[in-house]
Order: sequence, then C-alpha cells, then structure tokens
Amino acid sequence: MAKRIDVNNLNAYYGTFRAVADVSLTIEPRSVTAFIGPSGCGKSTVLRSLNRMHEVIPGARIEGSVALDGEDIYGDGVDPVNVRRTIGMVFQRPNPFPTMSIQENVLAGIKLDSGRKSKDELSEIVERSLRGANLWNEVKDRLDRPGAGLSGGQQQRLCIARAIAVQPDVLLMDEPCSALDPISTIAIEDLIHELKNEYTIVIVTHNMQQAARVSSSTAFFNLAATGEPGRLVEINPTDQVFSAPREKATEDYISGRFG
Amino acid sequence: MNQGLSDPRSSISGSAVRRGDQIFRLITVGSGILILALMTSIGIFLTWKAIPSFSHNSSNFFTESKWFPDQSTPIFGIAALAFGTFVAALIAMILAVPTGIGTALFITYYAPKKIAGAMAFFIDLLAAVPSIIFGLWGLQFLMPHMQGVAAWLDRYLGFIPIFQNRSDLYTKSLLIAGVVLAIMILPTISAISREVFNQVPRNHVEAALALGATRWEMVRMAVLPFGRPGIISASMLGLGRALGETIAVALILSAVFEVNIHISEPGGNTFAANIALKWNEAGPNGLSALIASGLVLFLITLAVNSIARGIIARRKDFSGA
Ligand SMILES: Nc1ncnc2c1ncn2[C@@H]1O[C@H](COP(=O)(O)OP(=O)(O)OP(=O)(O)O)[C@@H](O)[C@H]1O
Ligand SMILES: [Mg+2]
Repeated sequence: MAKRIDVNNLNAYYGTFRAVADVSLTIEPRSVTAFIGPSGCGKSTVLRSLNRMHEVIPGARIEGSVALDGEDIYGDGVDPVNVRRTIGMVFQRPNPFPTMSIQENVLAGIKLDSGRKSKDELSEIVERSLRGANLWNEVKDRLDRPGAGLSGGQQQRLCIARAIAVQPDVLLMDEPCSALDPISTIAIEDLIHELKNEYTIVIVTHNMQQAARVSSSTAFFNLAATGEPGRLVEINPTDQVFSAPREKATEDYISGRFG
Repeated sequence: MNQGLSDPRSSISGSAVRRGDQIFRLITVGSGILILALMTSIGIFLTWKAIPSFSHNSSNFFTESKWFPDQSTPIFGIAALAFGTFVAALIAMILAVPTGIGTALFITYYAPKKIAGAMAFFIDLLAAVPSIIFGLWGLQFLMPHMQGVAAWLDRYLGFIPIFQNRSDLYTKSLLIAGVVLAIMILPTISAISREVFNQVPRNHVEAALALGATRWEMVRMAVLPFGRPGIISASMLGLGRALGETIAVALILSAVFEVNIHISEPGGNTFAANIALKWNEAGPNGLSALIASGLVLFLITLAVNSIARGIIARRKDFSGA
C-alpha cells in the first residue's frame, strides 16, 4: 500500500513562468510530511505535481521526475489517470459533488473502476471509508442526502472518505483545515494520525502548530523575491526543523510565526 | 441612495427608507406582475376569439384531421396539425439535443483553445440567422440532398413503418422539416449549454480528475449533473422555437391534412405553418378556428415548460446551486 516518493530536480511552470525550481526530496512511506512556507512559494504546485494534477491547468507543465516506489510517474506510457487513482488528493476548499448524495460521493472514485461490485460490497466500502474519515456516526442515517448539505468540516471529511475509498497508496492534502473551525481541525488531525499507519501522507499547511503536531518530516519552501521561482530550503525531521533548523531562512520563518 | 447605513444620524431601530431597495422592489414585482398579466391576457384573448368556432364545427376539434372551417357545414380539427407539430419537433429534438450538448462539451472541454473560440463564435452567429434563411436553405439545398437519406431509410429500415415510403417521393416531408428545425435550434441549445458548462466550478472538475476520472468520466461526474438544469432549459428553449416555427416549415411542407406516420413522404402540417398559410384566405369561422389551434399550441408550450420546471425542481437539493 503506502509507497515512497522520490522527487528529482522538479521544475514547474505555468506557461513561461517558472513557479518552482530544482526541488528534490524524498517522502517516506507511512509517514506524514508537511510542506510549509510563505504564500506563493509553490507548495501547492509541488503537491499537485506529485499526482499529475499540475498539468490539468492549461499551459502548466513540469520538468524533472517524480518516482513512486522507483517508477517515474511522468515516464513514457504512464497514464495520468492511473497515477491519480493511486495518489489521492484532498483540496483546500471542501469539494463534494453537489449533485451527489453522501453515499454517491464516497463511491465516486469506486464507480470509475471497471469491475462491477455488489451492493453489499459497495455499502461495506461506504461504511469503511466514512469510518476511516471519522464521519460515519454523523451521517449514517442520511447517506442518501446531498453531500453539500453537510457542515464545512463534515464536507472535508467526506472528501477524505471519498479519497480513501479507492485505497490509494498516497494521500495529498492541500491545506485541508484552512476553511475549518478548531474542532473540525482537530478531528482531521486525529484522522491524519490514524491514516498514516496505512498511507503515505503529504500535507500543505500554513499552521506551524499543525505541522508540528501531525508530521514526522517538514519541508520548508521559500522564494527569494516575487517573480522568482519557489525553492525547497530544507526537508528534515519535524522536531529538528522546529527546534534546530539547519537553515537561517527556516528559523526566521518559523520564529516569525511563533513570535 | 443607501441612507440607512451611511447616515450617521439614523439609529439602528429607526426604519430608514432605502430608496434604492424600494425602486428595485417595485421594478421586480412590477415586471413579475406584468408578465403574468400578459400571459393571462394572451390566454383570455385566444380563448375568447376561439370560442365561436367550437360551436360551428360538425366534427370533433381534437380528432378531426381535415380543415374546412368555412364550408356551410364546417369540418375541421387539429389531429393532423398536432401530429405534424409533434413529429417535426420530436425529430428536431432527437437530432439537435445530443448534437448541441456534444458540440458544447467539445468546445468547453475538448477542443484546443483557438478552435474552441472560433466554433463558439460561429455557433453564436448561427443562432442569430433568421428562420426564413434556414427555410430557403432547407428548400433549395437540403431537400435535394436529403432524398438519398430518405431513400436509404426506406430501403434498409423500411420495415419500420415510420421510415417506409410508399410514394417514391422523398421531398416536402415532415422528416425534412424536422431536420431543418434541428439545424435551426441546434445553435440555441449549444450556445446555452456552453454557457452552463463554462460555469461548472473548477473545483468540481478537479475533484473528479483527482479521483482518476478520464475526461469523459469527469464530464459525466461533474459537468453533466451540474449542467442538467441548464441543459433542460436550453432544450426547452429549442423545443419552444421548434414548436412555434412558422415560416421555414411552411416553406418546406406541402400542406396535407392527414395523419401520416410515414414521415419521409410528402405532406404533414403544423400548427404554426397552418396558421400562416390559411390566415389570409380564412373567413370568420376560419379565423376563429385558426385561433383555436393557436390556443392549443399556446397551452402545449405552457405544459412543456411546466413539466421541464418540474423536472428541474425535483432534485433541487442536489442542484449545487
Ligand atoms: N493557475 C495558475 N496560473 C498561473 N500561475 C499560478 C497558478 N497557480 C499558481 N501560480 C503561481 O505559482 C506560484 C506558486 O503558487 P502556489 O499556489 O504553488 O503557491 P502556494 O505556496 O501554494 O501558496 P499559498 O500558500 O498561498 O497557497 C505563485 O507565484 C502563483 O502566483
Ligand atoms: Mg497553496
């Protein structure tokens, strides 16, 4: 299941604008890696390069390689569709499909798989995924109600359930809590703790405490000036990054935030 | 205009008069009432003018196909008109709705940017072409070229009665009228669907793609369900135009007052075309009869729209709006 990711010399472009330069890093399986850094430094861009979602933006492309357990996901003959089925993603703004019920939302990814599943199997997947996302108890009586009728925090957990329903190898989360209240945030952080036993998780966050709480490694990105591409400053075990960062820039950023 | 908030002297409890709001309310409520009043008065007018013909008819208005309202014993009915209108509109919808949606999808999600822009431009242009032009084109160009298609349908699908042709004449048929109507309403359906597809939120599209949906799966998962109410509205607008289209149909059909299920044979007639063709030669009872047929068309249009509204409203919770 959980797989290791090796990013090698990643450069990401929007048209002619290079948003990210020369990023190389390794993400260990069954770990949580946090991406931190100032706004616009390319965290989302790097994250979206990890499951080939970057290229769905018109004009966007990358150079370099990203390997999943040694296999280049940008290699010739690799279908991005398969990459995205293996590497799930949760977005900053909860985005359940508004035209689908809670249950249909959870099964949205499953329905894409060619094999037909029985009703029992499907309801089992629904329950397992919703339990996995800590949402089961809250919605089990209204699975056929619209997913958009849930609270923001519930919607985000529904999106997590949808992402883990297909049992991906890796889960990417782009500021999954930024639109949520503290209680929902803690619920999702707890969830991340549980999920890391099975998945490789990468999470982008603006919240230092959150990075410190949930992650085992932290990658700090920075950009020299606006218009310059963002770069990876360092990636190290989280305790080290927060207690004794190797780079001065990291220390400035972290202490600035911690006050 | 908004004095309530900007005027420091006004207190929270005082009901400050917001003139902008009032004017806005007046305009919206006023135009709402105006539209209702218009619809009702049209309905009343039609009924009023139609009533005389009901008592001057020796036949059944709904089941009779013939149209001789000005004879000494008037015989007329809408059976052939209703059938022709229905068939022509149905053919138009069967051809235009899938193609219109397909074109819109192609433009929004498949075509390279430059081609998409050019296509969108031409479709919008097409939507503005007057129907007489479509009629002339149908008559002069499409009709000769459709003969082969109709003959082919007769030869290979002739065992299905509607495609059978017993006359060896393939022109001036409901089939051709339907095809012309389809081409006429296609731009409308396509242009509106395109607007709707363009409004599908980016994050729904990305949600589908991130789950590993192919482009077609993404369209089915995120775009079509979201666009469903819009697609229905677009189709209804197209259907409305098809039902009411007069001049193009009048040009193409050779008016025959009979219900003929062999749609590629010459003949057929529609409400709108019949009104246009018969109006000038009609006597007093003839005019009243034509208005009665117009009333039926009016009611059909209302019914079709209400049904569409109903379909849209049924899954309102899931609309995403
Ligand atoms: N769709 C896009 N088109 C063009 N440029 C973009 C696009 N998305 C991002 N960029 C640019 O790429 C750079 C990196 O953006 P990115 O979204 O990766 O930053 P981020 O670190 O995630 O920021 P934030 O913390 O605000 O989310 C920025 O300069 C941004 O303006
Ligand atoms: Mg971001």
